[in-house]
Amino acid sequence: MPSLGADMEHGKVVEWLVHPGDAIHQGDLIAVVDTDKTLMDVESFEDGVVGGYLVDLAETVPVGTPILSLAEPGEEAGPRDERRPADEGGPVPAAPPPEPAAPPAEAEAAAAPPAVPRPTPAGRRVRSSPLARRLAAQLGIDLATVAGTGQQGSISEADVRRAAAAAPGLPAPGAPPAGLPEHAAPPPTPPQEPTPARAAEAPAAVAPAEGRTASLRASLGALMAKSKATIPHYYLSTTLDLARMGAVLQERNLARPVSDRLVPAAFLLKAAAVAAKEVPGMNGYWTDHGFDPSDRVHLGVAVALRGGGLVAPALLDADTLSVDELMQKLRDLVARARAGRLARTEMASATITATSLGDLGVDAVFGVIVPPQVAMVGLGRVAERPWAENGMLGVRMAATATLSADHRVSDGLGGSRYLTRLQELLLTPEDL
Amino acid sequence: MKTTYREAMRAALREALQRDDRVFLMGEDVGAYGGCYAVSLGLLEEFGPERVRDTPLSESGFVGAGIGAALNGMRPIVEIMTVNFSLLALDQIVNSAASLLHMSGGQFNVPLVIRMTTGAGRQLGAQHSHSLEGWYAHIPGLRLLAPATLEDARGMLWTALADPDPVLIFEHGSLYAAEGELADDAGPVGIDRAEIRRPGTDVTLITYGGTLPLTLDAAAQLAERGVAAEVIDLRTLRPLDEETILASVARTHRAVIVDEAWRSGSLSAEIAARIAEKAFYELDAPVARVCGAEVPMPYPKHLEEAALPSAARVVAAALEAVGAGA
Repeated sequence: MPSLGADMEHGKVVEWLVHPGDAIHQGDLIAVVDTDKTLMDVESFEDGVVGGYLVDLAETVPVGTPILSLAEPGEEAGPRDERRPADEGGPVPAAPPPEPAAPPAEAEAAAAPPAVPRPTPAGRRVRSSPLARRLAAQLGIDLATVAGTGQQGSISEADVRRAAAAAPGLPAPGAPPAGLPEHAAPPPTPPQEPTPARAAEAPAAVAPAEGRTASLRASLGALMAKSKATIPHYYLSTTLDLARMGAVLQERNLARPVSDRLVPAAFLLKAAAVAAKEVPGMNGYWTDHGFDPSDRVHLGVAVALRGGGLVAPALLDADTLSVDELMQKLRDLVARARAGRLARTEMASATITATSLGDLGVDAVFGVIVPPQVAMVGLGRVAERPWAENGMLGVRMAATATLSADHRVSDGLGGSRYLTRLQELLLTPEDL
Repeated sequence: MKTTYREAMRAALREALQRDDRVFLMGEDVGAYGGCYAVSLGLLEEFGPERVRDTPLSESGFVGAGIGAALNGMRPIVEIMTVNFSLLALDQIVNSAASLLHMSGGQFNVPLVIRMTTGAGRQLGAQHSHSLEGWYAHIPGLRLLAPATLEDARGMLWTALADPDPVLIFEHGSLYAAEGELADDAGPVGIDRAEIRRPGTDVTLITYGGTLPLTLDAAAQLAERGVAAEVIDLRTLRPLDEETILASVARTHRAVIVDEAWRSGSLSAEIAARIAEKAFYELDAPVARVCGAEVPMPYPKHLEEAALPSAARVVAAALEAVGAGA
């Protein structure tokens, strides 16, 4: 049972996505797990052949409990009965118990203490000191969310303590601002299409329980209260000229079936990610050491959930995606967020978050920064507006973009650069 | 009383010769010449040739004779000029002194004390300068002492003589001239525990013998940079006082081992392994080691210095461990 959030202690498998005898690969989805907050898909950490289930459906087990046995490809896969909830210091985290033939690095990671996710958001193994691991397990901190300042970028005790201090009660890093109108983040998405089998087997996946909505709201509220209390926000806004973007969008969409069409948000989010990469002080985390910039851009996207509440899963490396790829991933992400099928890496890794009002139609949104991030981009309704230029009045597609940024890290000048860069990028949307 | 390490050692020898008739000193040049480091200067005149005996240049011979004397009820103190030369007596030390109690089914203790000089820093070349005590620390049946302070130089010998089993005392050549205050009533000291020579909270510096002074120097420099280093003087190299080491690492979460000996297969390797075995979850940084360069000790002064641990290297390693490296 992997840790799917900083404060997750227990989870229960509500659906198996693999069957004994199935060959699976690292990253394949193997089960749907119900946490206190939502349903999440669990990815396999290994390649192998599914042996047997080690926990029963709907049985709540502690984080770290092996849930599935796995054999090396080609090896006889027999079900395993042993449950090993705990080594000294705690349960092993790997969903599949480590196989003897696993490569050393894998085995080492698999034997680590609980609540320690194997891959970082970036897919690397988390490098941390043993003390940091132990402490993170005690404090329920997800090491994948901690920025390392130790040797070779490893996470030290101090880093974990900082993370713990920065985010008590952090529900799942990446929750978007509270206190805003419920906004349907990215624009209309095609009806989500969970596989029929899944929908049939796990009806719970479709609508989060009411209690969960309330607890999600509570933890979100606590996080936002902390954000407003500890982060000195400043706010900027600008009106984006999206005439060129509108033209490119229309041109591209003409040739596509409705289901494949791009929406303005794809360009806006891509530009937001690229600008975050280029303008210092917007992308990364605030720690006790100060600002810890990230050289990758994982763009959190606020998604309104059916039944209430918000999540802000990340589009990993959003700045490197083409607009088409980003659109595709966005669609997938929104669908899964609403189906309660987010992967842990998506929930834990945002380096900056964008909130888009999409088609719900307010002009501007001034967001609340998600700690420990340092900036929040707000994108208002994209609509035709009167536009004066060169002494002439015309009608253009436009939208109000806002930036809420952390004054400890940047100031109005840097923030202005960000919004200016955002506009520049959108003036040549074909290059995005 | 202001004194030197050499004089403290001599006072210990004199006291031992005075207190127990069974004690005698033997080795190359310990009598007429006064010991090659002048530790036993004057003792021949004071105690006579029966108690302070010059031996032929035959380490295997006179160490073997010491073992025989010990088996027969005497309390010999055998001096070997340097640890390099002790290899000529390795068979006697390992196969006889260390093994006889076991091989006799517990009937024959070997109450022998062997003193030898170790370490470099005095331009004596590769055959007089090595730190091989780590090899002896490998041998069950031996106790190894490394006095690094005046108190220990003065006090360890008598405690060692009181031990019914063979004890090897390693005296770093660079320490003999060390001066300092020693209490007038200084006497025997315990030989079971390591000592914390400087308390600290940020990193544990573990060392012994000749590298203690430079390690303390490094700790002082670290303090100026805001890093509180704890300095452990092992004192006894076998058996290791694991408890003190582990307790310190549990407080500081970081360890740097300073050992003049070569790194590969060394005492520092043993200590690092034990920390990894028994304090793994306390570690917040990899265990670091500052050791001698893995070369036969060079003769030229600048090369010898380059081959040896220095306070600067210890400071750098400690800063790296606490995450404040350059």
